[in-house]
Amino acid sequence: MSKKFEKPNMVPVPSHSIIPDRDVGKSPILECNHLGIDFGGLRAVDDFNLTVGRTEIAGLIGPNGAGKTTVFNLLTKVYQPTRGTILLDGIDTAGKSTIQINRMGIARTFQNIRLFSNLTVEDNVKIGLHNQEVYSTFSGIFRLPKYWKKEKVAHERALELLSIFDMQDMAAMKAGSLPYGAQRRLEIVRALATNPSLLLLDEPAAGMNPSETAELMENIVKIRDMFQIAVLLIEHDMSLVMSICEGICVLNFGQVIAKGTAEEIQANPAVIEAYLGKKKEA
Amino acid sequence: MNKLNNMKKSTKVDFATYLGVIIAFIVITVLMNNGTLGRKQVGLLVPACCYVVMAVSLNLTVGILGELSLGHAGFMSVGAFSGVIAAMSLAEAIPFEPLRLAIAMVAGAVCAGIAGVIVGVPVLRLRGDYLAIVTLAFGEIIKDLINCLIVGHDSEGLHIIFNFKGLKTVDDLGLLPGGNVIIKGAQGATGTDTIASFTAGVVLILITLFVVLNLIHSRTGRAVMAIRDNRIAAESVGINITKYKLIAFVTSATLAGAAGALYGLNYSSLQATKFNFNTSILVLVFVVLGGLGNIWGSIVAAIVLYVLPEALRSVADLRMLVYAIVLILVMLATNSPKMKAVLSRVIPRKKGDEVNE
Repeated sequence: MSKKFEKPNMVPVPSHSIIPDRDVGKSPILECNHLGIDFGGLRAVDDFNLTVGRTEIAGLIGPNGAGKTTVFNLLTKVYQPTRGTILLDGIDTAGKSTIQINRMGIARTFQNIRLFSNLTVEDNVKIGLHNQEVYSTFSGIFRLPKYWKKEKVAHERALELLSIFDMQDMAAMKAGSLPYGAQRRLEIVRALATNPSLLLLDEPAAGMNPSETAELMENIVKIRDMFQIAVLLIEHDMSLVMSICEGICVLNFGQVIAKGTAEEIQANPAVIEAYLGKKKEA
Repeated sequence: MNKLNNMKKSTKVDFATYLGVIIAFIVITVLMNNGTLGRKQVGLLVPACCYVVMAVSLNLTVGILGELSLGHAGFMSVGAFSGVIAAMSLAEAIPFEPLRLAIAMVAGAVCAGIAGVIVGVPVLRLRGDYLAIVTLAFGEIIKDLINCLIVGHDSEGLHIIFNFKGLKTVDDLGLLPGGNVIIKGAQGATGTDTIASFTAGVVLILITLFVVLNLIHSRTGRAVMAIRDNRIAAESVGINITKYKLIAFVTSATLAGAAGALYGLNYSSLQATKFNFNTSILVLVFVVLGGLGNIWGSIVAAIVLYVLPEALRSVADLRMLVYAIVLILVMLATNSPKMKAVLSRVIPRKKGDEVNE
């Protein structure tokens, strides 16, 4: 079997096909049109089209090196795309910085955990609230009434967010001393604190055992229902992807090879080839 | 009050720090008044205060922001000479010394703050070693610039000339009769009124602690520490990296400027070469040995390491040897797991406590 995926095998799927019924009729939260980036001569991602509905849980899967994390980095403007457009809630994000993108409503977690490990769990969440509970440096130094008011709100909000994952008891612990699974959860809480409308999760279940993964799945759905936000996740754990993702997009060699529901993806010959043609795991 | 009971560990440490400074001030004042401290020891008090402020402010850049700055003495220098100029030119207008000292310190702080902005805007784009090199160069450039500076004051106001080619002298200032020369190029500031006092030094330490500790425990401080711990993650949660780096760096420079003004007004003569690379390193040693990010550690380290070599003057030949041994012992002690275990039993340290909270 040839390693390289051949284009004629691609199943043409219209880009809106993965929006769940309840979001049809509402404008999508994210629209990527012909997105692409080159690193020198390498086309890392090419002609990437994706639409994510308002409250959809979407999955982005593909073999190692397919360009999934690159797509996340494009969405959050860690890299500026070479081609194509990204519309967030109908607004073009061209030329925006990572910081502006976060303020516009995209929050993310990282494949290799990036916490503020010398700070407490609570402070990590409060840093996520940085642009939510705002007061000036001056009020901070001189402890003006605004400081006390906003700090109180931030403290309560941080504990409230931590309680989603039952982590409020760990608030005073150093983030770096948390067990691995808790660190991953804290990253999600920190991302949620920035009040996103689209949450990007980069391998949230990596390194978790099956029971932790099952709990995580419940929590992702819970977060979506609570905050009414869209979730786009990269994951290698197929049990997670197939059970909670309403729409799945499969990438291989930087190109979309299939889109659809879990059943459609599992039956798609191109996907099977991309996975089985390379490696035994599916 | 409910607040006191629920007070965080960090808040308690802060209060202990303020309290420690105030108690030390009272004890030293009492000792000074009953004559226990000799003239020699009293002479060390103001410079010690300056170095404490220097160490605490540098800790903001190195420990909290996590950027290595080797030019902290440069900001002290800017503060010292602008403070001296302010104090000397206002000598007639404001005879009341404490007020004049306060104004001089504010002037020193503002000038150093401006220098901080000028250096910080381009330099904070660099990281790690590069930032260290540029700040080091800044310290040396400031030293050479001030060496070229000739400043005088008369009834018409300030006269400033830059002696770049080494051809100009004090006479070129064109001072009116009755005017006085404040800075004489490479000879530095001479004939300065020594209006600095220990009380002013302690007040400056308390102000510095107030600014630095409140900054650390505010939204701004969290943003700064977030940048230190993980820049990419800080960006991903919408923190403006450049802005917060600059806030920390300029605050640090401003406080160093105030310390410089106090230092400058403690000596009747002061040369720019005093604030050389060695001084920057000395302050960095205080910060590193006191613990990065540990404010009270910086205070203790600055006092001990400043007073120690002076106290050892009686055994002049062995002075630097003992100093070096103390440095090595502190480094070994703070790094050995056994010593840490002993320390944690004596003083319940952060880690264990925070988990129990």
